[in-house]
Amino acid sequence: MRSPGRSWREHPQRYRLEAAKCTGCGRILYPPRVVCPDCGGREFETVTLPRKGTIVTYTVIDVPPTGFQGQAPLVLALVELENGVRTMVQVADVPDMDRLAVGMPVKLEFRRISEDGEAGLIFYGHKAVPA
Amino acid sequence: MRDVAIIGVGMTAWGELWEKSLRTIWTEAALAALDDAGVDHVDYITIGCMSPGLFVGQEHLASLLADELGMAGVPAARVETACASGGLALRMGLAEVASGLSDIVLVTGVEKMNDVDTAETTYALGTAADQEWEAFHGVTFPGLYAMMARLHMAKYGTTSEQLAAVSVKNHANALLNPDAQYHLKLTVEDVLGSTMVADPLHIFDCSPITDGAAAVVIASMDVAREITGDRPIVRITGSGLATDTITLANREDLTSLPAVRKAAERAYAMAGRVPGDIHVAEVHDCFTIAEIMTTEALGFFEPGQGGPAAEKGLTGHGGKIPVNTSGGLKAKGHPVGATGVAQVVEVATQLRGEAGQRQVEGARIGLTQTMGGSGGSAVVHILEVES
Ligand SMILES: [Zn+2]
Repeated sequence: MRSPGRSWREHPQRYRLEAAKCTGCGRILYPPRVVCPDCGGREFETVTLPRKGTIVTYTVIDVPPTGFQGQAPLVLALVELENGVRTMVQVADVPDMDRLAVGMPVKLEFRRISEDGEAGLIFYGHKAVPA
Repeated sequence: MRDVAIIGVGMTAWGELWEKSLRTIWTEAALAALDDAGVDHVDYITIGCMSPGLFVGQEHLASLLADELGMAGVPAARVETACASGGLALRMGLAEVASGLSDIVLVTGVEKMNDVDTAETTYALGTAADQEWEAFHGVTFPGLYAMMARLHMAKYGTTSEQLAAVSVKNHANALLNPDAQYHLKLTVEDVLGSTMVADPLHIFDCSPITDGAAAVVIASMDVAREITGDRPIVRITGSGLATDTITLANREDLTSLPAVRKAAERAYAMAGRVPGDIHVAEVHDCFTIAEIMTTEALGFFEPGQGGPAAEKGLTGHGGKIPVNTSGGLKAKGHPVGATGVAQVVEVATQLRGEAGQRQVEGARIGLTQTMGGSGGSAVVHILEVES
């Protein structure tokens, strides 16, 4: 099981979509890092990610991993947000799988993601839903 | 740098080996390579193994295995770059011999994947993806490659039939390999009709869960000439290792494999070779789309032409460049840490002219390519037989 600390330290990103903007080159890093991979900068300001974006690519997983059993079919997508940041998320509330498409507009919503067994933590974060 | 040769190869039958433990399958492969080389001592042992901790609950593997082989005291190290660990084991062994630190190195790879249930195996494999920002959301490896496949199809017109052609070819090749996990003739219709795992990838687009080990003995050219007698000497002429982002979110182009391209460029440059020089290749077909993308990244085909090439038989026996004559990961099996070493076993066997029914006639220059995760690491080697 994951310790509470491991989950807690990611809360700003998972719960509030906080990212780090490099003061040197403007690159937005999600999750934040210690050093900017583009310019080597080490100074950042905290910014909040936009919630709207589009699907870059996606898949429908029929055999989900541990912690996600019972959730099949599980739709996973790489979503590009309005500021260019890409993030891997589930796509929820899809009324019809045939509607899924590259370029489909989505928005991020706060959701329950998974549980760490019966006695472990419940993990929350964001999922995409059709916009 | 000193020239380095492969002087022995060892491979045992792969599959679901319920009656054997990790240490047993590793030792059997190691002994097969030592016997083939005709040596009874080595200066160093490298072990490619992705996750003994998760698959069998055993870390500190190098010492355990050296002892198991009766070689306690010999320097040994386990190396890891996920599914590319076996390729890395050869790279590290090559550095030992080329630098002069060692004269003879036993290079091995092993993975025992069936000692835990399928959910735990899937979890262990998933640790090669970004745990916090990919696996956290429920994505699996078939899922990551499915996302790449979807874009490759959209950009280049790659079809499910072309993906299936890779699986059909590799299963046909495995029919000629007694050590392969599967001896099963497949048709394109079989693949397309099989269960969907992660759309657009079917179960027959995916490599299986496998127990297995492989080993090679490498040595300095001087030592090789002393002990190989009349047997052909296979030289390691090129080696390339590269990394890339492991999250797909940070990768600029999801339809190519930049780490494979970089590793290949380094290996070709070191060997003084170009893609057209290669006669036979073993590549990392963890999923059918992966073989298509790697044959493009290695320069065998232009970007987007990997699919049509597979469908036209250009990667089959008698084709422009026979790929995965062993059956590949798809049909020979994919015990992740062992895969990179087994590729070297196959190509060295081809270059020695000892591949029997699988023999690619006149093969003198071969290539092996393996990669970790969804392309976050890659290793390429070029092997040439001394004429
Ligand atoms: Zn920057």
